[in-house]
Amino acid sequence: MSVQPETFKSLLKAAAEQVIASAPELTSLDQAIGDGDHGTNMKRGFEAVLGKLDAISAQPLDEAFKTIGKTLVMTVGGASGPLYGSFFLAAGEALSHDKHLPDDLADVFGSAVNAVSARGRSQAGEKTMLDVLVPVLETLRTAAGQPDLIARVRTTAAEAVERTAPMQATKGRASFLGARSVGHVDPGARSSCVLVQAICAGLEGRQ
Amino acid sequence: MTDTVGIVIVSHSADIAKGTADMVRQMVGTEVKVAFCGGNPDGGLGTSVPLIIDAINDVWSPKGVAVLVDLGGAETNSEMAVEMLEPERRDLVVVCNAPIVEGAVMAATEAAGGSSLAQVKAVAEELSAD
Repeated sequence: MSVQPETFKSLLKAAAEQVIASAPELTSLDQAIGDGDHGTNMKRGFEAVLGKLDAISAQPLDEAFKTIGKTLVMTVGGASGPLYGSFFLAAGEALSHDKHLPDDLADVFGSAVNAVSARGRSQAGEKTMLDVLVPVLETLRTAAGQPDLIARVRTTAAEAVERTAPMQATKGRASFLGARSVGHVDPGARSSCVLVQAICAGLEGRQ
Repeated sequence: MTDTVGIVIVSHSADIAKGTADMVRQMVGTEVKVAFCGGNPDGGLGTSVPLIIDAINDVWSPKGVAVLVDLGGAETNSEMAVEMLEPERRDLVVVCNAPIVEGAVMAATEAAGGSSLAQVKAVAEELSAD
């Protein structure tokens, strides 16, 4: 079993479009606790990805992920560029080394999450995108093979992003605010949730 | 002319990056190569990996390059840029944990004396020591 190119293309397109559509919300979250550019940065990055959609979709899956990562690194313009870029680069790297989708999804996602953690020198619990990605990874592992896996991933991501609100940021720009970062959902966690939810919705539409 | 460590200044703001480079020029002179970049790929506030890569290559020296950054994204993007350099250059570039203006001036002063990359980095980072 492998991921069909047209499936990959439609999922990537849906994910990119959802991120772009979420730009105003991401920006307003970032204005509360960051520097207010997360939405425009992510929009610029994923518009660049959309611009290469045909070329990316024509590549082998590992190369496709690496191209997505490199495109985000080169175009986003904020810390989220290297963070999301590293996510996709590491996923591509895992796929180049005997990992396959969808069978090894949890392992590939795990490699990608580790790369984000290393790039940001951060762990879950610090009010970042990892506070969505790590719980999602956990669900991918524990619910692997279950018929309701996609629904559980969706729920995990939605709940995880809300749990960032009471957290105090210790990494990234929001950490400058200290206790004042409490009470706001983290914009990076939100954008990770948007991506995960878009992929889930795309997969559910195909079932 | 003997080689000196190159200096790269990376700010979210092109104006700050240029202003910092101007200060280095005035205080240290022209014997050290200095490049600067600021702004995201659209020209707004932010940093850009391709511009950072270009800046590092512009001031390339066999002794290496020290990068001075302002806020978090500049650091993350600079680290990413270093990893995307040609493999033989990667180990000769350091991102300094130092305030951008003072760090750039101190690093360039140290570099002008012909110091190694490690010495340049250490002098810049003394500014961050408690």
